[in-house]
Amino acid sequence: MLWLLFFLVTVIRAELCQPDAENAFKVRLSIRTALGDKAYVWDTNEEYLFRAMVAFSMRKVPNRETTEISHVLLCNVTQRVSFWFVVTDPSKNHTLPANEVQSAIRMNRNRINNVFFLNDQTLEFLKIPSTLAPPMDPSVPIWIIIFGVIFCIVIVATTLLILSGIRQRRRENKGSSEVDDIEDKLENMDTITNSTRCDSLDMKGGHINDVFMTEDERLTPL
Amino acid sequence: MRLGNNASSRPGPEEKAREQWDHPLQFVFACISYAVGLGNVWRFPYLCQMYGGGSFLVPYLIMLIVEGMPLLYLELAVGQRMRQGSIGAWRTISPYLGGVGVASVVVSFFLGMYYNVVNTWGFWYLFHSFQDPLPWSVCPLNGNRTGYDEECEKASSTQYFWYRKTLNISPSIQESGAVQWEPALCLVLAWMMVYLCILRGPETTGKVAYITALVPYGVLIIYLVRGLTLHGATNGLLYMFTPKVEELANPRAWINAATQVFFSLGLGFGSLIALASYNEPSNNCQRHTIVVSLINSATSIFASVVTFSIYGFKATFNYEDCLNKVILLLTNSFDLEDGFLTASNLEQVKGYLASTYPSKYSEVFPLLENCSLESELDTAVQGTGLAFIVYTEAIKSMDVSQLWSVLYFFMLLLLGVGSMLGNMMGILTPLTDSEVISSHLPKEAISGLLCLVNCAIGLLFTMEAGSYWFDIFNDYAATLSLLLIVLVEAIAVCYVYGLRRFGAELEAMTGRALNWYWKVMWAFVSPLLIISLFLFYLADYILSGTLQYQAWDATQGQLVTKDYPAYALAIIGLLVASSTMCIPLVALGTFVMHQCTKGDGASKA
Repeated sequence: MLWLLFFLVTVIRAELCQPDAENAFKVRLSIRTALGDKAYVWDTNEEYLFRAMVAFSMRKVPNRETTEISHVLLCNVTQRVSFWFVVTDPSKNHTLPANEVQSAIRMNRNRINNVFFLNDQTLEFLKIPSTLAPPMDPSVPIWIIIFGVIFCIVIVATTLLILSGIRQRRRENKGSSEVDDIEDKLENMDTITNSTRCDSLDMKGGHINDVFMTEDERLTPL
Repeated sequence: MRLGNNASSRPGPEEKAREQWDHPLQFVFACISYAVGLGNVWRFPYLCQMYGGGSFLVPYLIMLIVEGMPLLYLELAVGQRMRQGSIGAWRTISPYLGGVGVASVVVSFFLGMYYNVVNTWGFWYLFHSFQDPLPWSVCPLNGNRTGYDEECEKASSTQYFWYRKTLNISPSIQESGAVQWEPALCLVLAWMMVYLCILRGPETTGKVAYITALVPYGVLIIYLVRGLTLHGATNGLLYMFTPKVEELANPRAWINAATQVFFSLGLGFGSLIALASYNEPSNNCQRHTIVVSLINSATSIFASVVTFSIYGFKATFNYEDCLNKVILLLTNSFDLEDGFLTASNLEQVKGYLASTYPSKYSEVFPLLENCSLESELDTAVQGTGLAFIVYTEAIKSMDVSQLWSVLYFFMLLLLGVGSMLGNMMGILTPLTDSEVISSHLPKEAISGLLCLVNCAIGLLFTMEAGSYWFDIFNDYAATLSLLLIVLVEAIAVCYVYGLRRFGAELEAMTGRALNWYWKVMWAFVSPLLIISLFLFYLADYILSGTLQYQAWDATQGQLVTKDYPAYALAIIGLLVASSTMCIPLVALGTFVMHQCTKGDGASKA
């Protein structure tokens, strides 16, 4: 009689964990992709560890602190490695609702990943979306800092160049006004020749007719 | 009556000696940094790929010798001889042709407006390269953090960063949107940088030219070494450089070679005339012509090698990624052992699975992508797409990607700023030469005003539809006008001024006789080539009917083709007309003024 009961229990338990059963989740591991040569073999001991992690995650949920490893059922383990799991309640007759299991796994996803040296992509819980890590958002965007630095350097360099240009021009004006004084003195002394000094001619005042010049050049061939 | 002027007359009012380059090498470097620009990096590799790989070099080199070098020599010789900016130089050649100079200045003005926007984007990417991970390598998360942003998923993370984060592009040119403050800041910085370099004229430009001419080569060499050692680079190089000799029969290959040589050297903008006007009269500009044009072409070819090795890396990476996706899909569907399926046994296993589980295989089959290395290599991109999407995609997969990113955008900036310097000199030199303006304002104020005006107009390109306006300017502002300008230049020097006279003056100036080769090219071959290019462009515009553009569709995550609205077409027409009409208008104006003065003289007598 006892063994009949035992048989019934295992059958019921087997019924609870099936592919596409209610509240069952498929898990897929890609150990060789993640670890290459250091890949470990997936055996029953690893399965035990997995069941322990799931039980641990469930125990963190309020009202489910009494979840034991034996409440977590695994089935259909393939070569991939992939399998299905369900979590049953203490009476082992019903499975716990999917959303409870889902939230529990999501809370502890990181720890489960770390135990197996895997990450969200290599240890997949199908139908449980992973919370993606938000990108680091510093209070001041980095690019503005660099922009500010370069902007200030450019402004300083421009101001320096402009100021030095102004100073140079002022010095030139002072110098040319001194030269003009000396020239005036020379002109007063110069009464013999009547040639005009080229530098005192105001070239800007004149207007050179380009048409006339080109005509002129054409008429004097060499 | 002119007293005491000797035969080597210097037409133009010059009471003080014209500023000169400190060293002839500064002139060469200024020319190189002007000519070697973004086009060498992002247009030539595309043309090489489209028109037969290695065999494209044949039409390219022929066009260089027949069209590029003669026209470059012409402009440099005119500048060195006349020792003035473009307006003064052409007015000296013939008073009716001052309009050529004005047209050059107008085209340079348009170019300056939109070219600096590329530098803006370069700065933007450069500043964003100092982050880990690079912002264009990951998609941002969606609202509830369960997946990635929808637009980013449909396109790729690099496309998303370019179209959404950098441009914040609108779906069509009609929806202009608002000015984006982030690119606007970078635009202001770009113009301040340009102002800093042109502030004092050839004095500062000459020194900056050393950096903008030499450092990009350093970066290109580093990239060459890195590119050649990347996994899959040889795939790209082999595919691109394998000559497809049948393309030589394609007339488009020759036409594109001619246009590439023409625009790559920056002819017709007046910048070359301006740069050469600061030369000593005895400078050997023939040698400099050959040096500059050969270096420009060599840089294009060098940049293509780098680009193709990066293409090869990216294509191989994407191909292997595609294969891995197929392998994962098959492994998951059939619960095969992890690591069992590899690229080498993929076909065998597929056959086995098809025969063993036919029903399940037929379910999975439509989802399997056909991964092909050739199709990845075939994606030919040019322009901003190449620089900001394809390259960044390759960079994000390299090790230490921040370093490569910084180097790459630094090089792009140097190339861009170098070309801007030459361009600005082309506008500033006629302005500072003119007595009217330079007597009222000092040099620094003129350049400052010019940069300010350009910056203000450039804010248009930072709006949400700015990239579409950029494409308009890029495609239409300079192309037809330049061809016309250079054609008139060649005809003016040879037939209006007189080829014999110009040659004699050059000989007197430099001490070397003008080679018969240049004479034949200037008088016959180059003008004919330009006329045929011009006719081809016109025919192309007319035959293609309405003009279209590529707009980014955020819902689909890809580019779609749309027609330009009427006002955009009007602006295109205005762009072309405003520069080309200068030539006849100024000629007409001068003619009318002469008639008036002749009439006055006759009435007085």
